[in-house]
Amino acid sequence: MGKIVAVTGNEACAYALKQINPDVCAAYPITPATDLMQRFSGYVSNGQVDTELVLVESEHSAMSACIGAAAAGGRVATATSSQGLALMWEMLYIAAGTRLPIVMPLVNRALSAPLNIHGDHSDGMGARDTGWIQIYSENAQEAYDNLVQSFRIAEHLEIRVPAMVCMDGFIVSHSIERVEYIDDADVKNFVGKFQAVHPLLDLEHPKSYGPLILTDLYHEYKRAQHEVMTKVPGVVLEVAAEFEKMTGRKYGLFEEYRLEDAEIAIVVMSSAAGTTKDIIDQYREKGVKVGLLKPRMFRPFPFTQIAEALKHVNAIAVLDRADSFGGYGPLFSEIAGAVMSMDHKPAMINKIFGLGGRDYLPEQAEQVINELIKISETGKVGAIKEYIGVRE
Amino acid sequence: MSKKFWETLPQGSVVLEAGSSAKFKTGTWRSMRPKWIEENCIQCMFCWMYCPDMSVKVNAEGKREGFDYDYCKGCGICALECPGKKGNKAIVMEEEGK
Ligand code: SF4
Ligand code: SF4
Repeated sequence: MGKIVAVTGNEACAYALKQINPDVCAAYPITPATDLMQRFSGYVSNGQVDTELVLVESEHSAMSACIGAAAAGGRVATATSSQGLALMWEMLYIAAGTRLPIVMPLVNRALSAPLNIHGDHSDGMGARDTGWIQIYSENAQEAYDNLVQSFRIAEHLEIRVPAMVCMDGFIVSHSIERVEYIDDADVKNFVGKFQAVHPLLDLEHPKSYGPLILTDLYHEYKRAQHEVMTKVPGVVLEVAAEFEKMTGRKYGLFEEYRLEDAEIAIVVMSSAAGTTKDIIDQYREKGVKVGLLKPRMFRPFPFTQIAEALKHVNAIAVLDRADSFGGYGPLFSEIAGAVMSMDHKPAMINKIFGLGGRDYLPEQAEQVINELIKISETGKVGAIKEYIGVRE
Repeated sequence: MSKKFWETLPQGSVVLEAGSSAKFKTGTWRSMRPKWIEENCIQCMFCWMYCPDMSVKVNAEGKREGFDYDYCKGCGICALECPGKKGNKAIVMEEEGK
């Protein structure tokens, strides 16, 4: 049996990293992820882990050092937020293209300008095309559980793809919640021994990383990278099934809440899903058939599975905690992509909410559900994309 | 089922064969060719040290010899760094094909 504690999301993730004891962590502080690595560096200083902690001068260097350590043949982790992730941008592609199973908690935060340190998904959404797996967490328990599972997912020999484990900055990273920790021995056993693939430190078999691949082969390498992403959902579900056996906590590619018989649905990720569930319960009491779909795995995006889960719904509101300026919200675009394959297409609206840590209030969920009820009754959609919770 | 070509590529484009760069004759890129003028050479080995492509040949006695034109890209670094003798360079760059 594990133990039940009251901790923040950052604390829980630092503890997971302590239990996993990676070979190398290279990190640079940035709010709100600072506190996570700071706590982990405490474990390093106290000799509670064997990890080589590399203190670098920027996030670009942090990811570069992680890439080097992973290519050398080590289990590697780091953590970042916002501008830090943005600064890692080119190295993120290199980690994924080189198929290095680095694991990184991403404490989601807004991007400048204007400067803001609070939670939204702009950072993660900006990195959606890098080739990393992205898993989003609703609360501290999910962040902890997802982090433990991510090592198994990223390091799975059939895929070898780096993974980001996302949680909302401050809302989850700095709020104290009830978290159930798994026993050290169980985590160790679950994650298993790291298996290196083509390690540079295998001096008997010299090899080179990062060659120049031009017009004759680049296209084929990208085709192979696309293929590997199609195998990720199977691995995520396989790891989740084993995790459930160990902890009793069930995870999928997404969570469905009162969705089975729903006529209208909200799609939203991370911490806002919790508030939305409460409001859904209130409307259910009034007889409104409303449900929720909370994507957990955003990359690769489980299009067919989500289409199946939403196929009976008349109207969908997709809530994005990030904007793609001049386009629809990134989550909306993916859901629209999923809906494309359905015979009966539901009406869809897109709400941009909670940017820069703006509170997502129960009234906002109510406003969205009321609009969905009207759309469902009249079949008429007003504005497709709209900001909610804006001071007017 | 036989594998498609792209399925046979090594994961993450790792080159599993040591020394494979020897197969890549970078000399074909060259537009300028370094020429060694032996009488001006003081055997300081600057050219050998600075050459990014190991294209300065050295003999068994450790003495500088000619260039390895299979790999020399004609970057001109050796010519720039060469001190030569009494102000006369021991390496000059000439246009390729002249
Ligand atoms: S021109 Fe450049 S590549 Fe060629 S020998 Fe000189 S330094 Fe080396
Ligand atoms: S740098 Fe010039 S002088 Fe020195 S060894 Fe090379 S050719 Fe000779």
